[in-house]
Amino acid sequence: MANVKIENVSINFGKTTALSNVDFEVKNSEFFVLLGPTGAGKTTTLRLISGLERPDSGKILIDGVDVTQMQPAYRDTAFVFQQYSLYPNYSVFDNLAFPLRSPLRKENPEIIEKRVIEIASLLKIENKLKNSATELSGGEMQRVAIGRALVRNPNIFLMDEPLSSLDAKLRGNLRVELKRIQEELGATILYVTHDQIEAMTMADRIGVLREGELVQIGTPAEIYSCPVDTYVACRLGSPQINLLPEAIFEFPEIPTATKTLGIRPEDVTLGYSGLEGTVSGIQNLGADTILLLSLNDHEVFAYADPAKTYSYGEVLKVGIDPEKTLFFDAQDQLISA
Amino acid sequence: MAEIVLRNVQKKFGDFVAVEASNLKVENGEFFVMLGPSGCGKTTTLRMIAGLEIPTTGSILLDNKNVTSLRASQRDIAFVFQLFALYPHLNVEKNISFPLRMQKMKSSEIKERVREVSQLLRIEHLLKSNVSNLAGGDRQRVALGRAIVRRPAAFLMDEPLGTLDAEFREEMCLELKKLHKRIQATTVYVTHDQIEAMTMGDKIAVMNQGKILQNGSPNEIYSKPKTKFVGSFIGSPSMNFIPVKKSIEKGATSIIIKGNEFGIPEQHEGTIGDQNFIGVRPEKMTLTKNQGISGEVFGSEYLGSRNILTINTEVGQFKIRVSKDIKVSLRENVKISFDAHSAIIFDGTSDKALQSAYMTI
Repeated sequence: MANVKIENVSINFGKTTALSNVDFEVKNSEFFVLLGPTGAGKTTTLRLISGLERPDSGKILIDGVDVTQMQPAYRDTAFVFQQYSLYPNYSVFDNLAFPLRSPLRKENPEIIEKRVIEIASLLKIENKLKNSATELSGGEMQRVAIGRALVRNPNIFLMDEPLSSLDAKLRGNLRVELKRIQEELGATILYVTHDQIEAMTMADRIGVLREGELVQIGTPAEIYSCPVDTYVACRLGSPQINLLPEAIFEFPEIPTATKTLGIRPEDVTLGYSGLEGTVSGIQNLGADTILLLSLNDHEVFAYADPAKTYSYGEVLKVGIDPEKTLFFDAQDQLISA
Repeated sequence: MAEIVLRNVQKKFGDFVAVEASNLKVENGEFFVMLGPSGCGKTTTLRMIAGLEIPTTGSILLDNKNVTSLRASQRDIAFVFQLFALYPHLNVEKNISFPLRMQKMKSSEIKERVREVSQLLRIEHLLKSNVSNLAGGDRQRVALGRAIVRRPAAFLMDEPLGTLDAEFREEMCLELKKLHKRIQATTVYVTHDQIEAMTMGDKIAVMNQGKILQNGSPNEIYSKPKTKFVGSFIGSPSMNFIPVKKSIEKGATSIIIKGNEFGIPEQHEGTIGDQNFIGVRPEKMTLTKNQGISGEVFGSEYLGSRNILTINTEVGQFKIRVSKDIKVSLRENVKISFDAHSAIIFDGTSDKALQSAYMTI
């Protein structure tokens, strides 16, 4: 495993800027997640590190060595794609062993067998080793695809939304397992996704990408509690953070430049004091009840007591705590305390 | 507006029973969700209501009128498909007005209705746009608009949000629900996504393998699932099932697991066999310092407003939802307990929830 640095990397495709001055470091044994919508430049970043693309400017360093001009084969990265691409005519065992039989790193058969069994048991597919790759469920196929990367000991694992083609339940289970495996192997992973839940639950650190620019890097808790701007604030958390004009609540003291207030739905209080809000949406999710309240022309999401019953049109007092409120200026930037 | 009733409706394709004899009532103005995994028979049921399939046996009533053998076009029902089937060569306005022009409605009235619908769906500014240039969400709004503009007695929707990405789906869920509140039209909505079902449904019918397993309000289905399948299908993370390898007698108020005694609601029924489960929701499980099932923290997932812990124990892996302030580290040894009032015993033989002081439906 290694430490990977991306220094001031830019790349254009024709007139489109895919990445502009992107600069970050994935530390040795770190789980780093790049989060962003489609077209933000996530996959391009992975392709640059693996050597499938060359940057127009900037450098890529693996353990301090400049690999910017090196062929993919010499960079020793392992790529896991969104669509599991297995060899259909091979057994699970042979699919897993394949990278170890490559002419570049030919291992002896005992070592291969030991390693394959080790990884298969980590991924809970040890009883499927003799199956042909086509006799597997979608979840198992993706495990094999991940396993094929894990059998090697590359400098870095590059993972491109590897869980997105799986159903919700399986995705939830694999999330926990992948994080655990990464911890156990001490693996360095750069993982890209548009799913904020994957980012929050697995990452040691998250980098938020927006239209080719890296707008914030931090731990999930840092980004959730101190987003640099309203864009980042809206990327993490479901339901989204409430953004309201500063004039709506009367706070004794707020930073003078404040234009917008940001309040997470779990920090909105209901019932005691505050402004009158009319219930305009009720989401009963079992463990949580989430209300949508109309305050004049604005809408606010709030967590409510799941034991209580609410009805449309009901009027509740909606309060916010200045201590838990984020303040944004006219340029949508966070005003730090 | 309409009330929809299914009486003993069954559908076979050859020898394959797609939908077992089912009874169902969708009240006037209700948002009714049919939820289940793929192949459970939910779309077939919807297609029978629409008149796109004829039931093998049983009858379908629309406002007390037997429509079982009527064609789709004679039923006054609008169908919204998973894939927005728009006419690519027509603009938004022409797409929306299409069903009205087919009915040879007066052009002044068509204009008025299209205006009304596009306002409702906030697509007035797109009326002259070509549909192939629209974003996914706008295309789906146009598809909805084309259904609404007819003012049918009922709407049938087959996973209309299935192709949208997560963030957008959440937004459209809310929008659809609001739209429903405003026009109060009877809606039958099919999905495999339990969050959509919980968010939008006034009532949910959970289906599996051609059978309706439970039919009730989202809250009822979540807190009192009648079968283990329903318990595990609804909720994310899903319900925990603690295995109990002995029979549970009628009248029991506690259970011993690995030497620890746990309270349960007084049982009004006993189990059939000796392979049973206690069903507990993640938010009803707790870490405890007292007696509990011992385990080790396998994973901890940070979700901003809360944490989900995955605990491996000697009786299985469980998910616990805890407040964001609780900090535990991986591999830490912990003990877990659960809320005695809301635990449900599932009979391992029948898969059914046993009646108890809590489980009263």
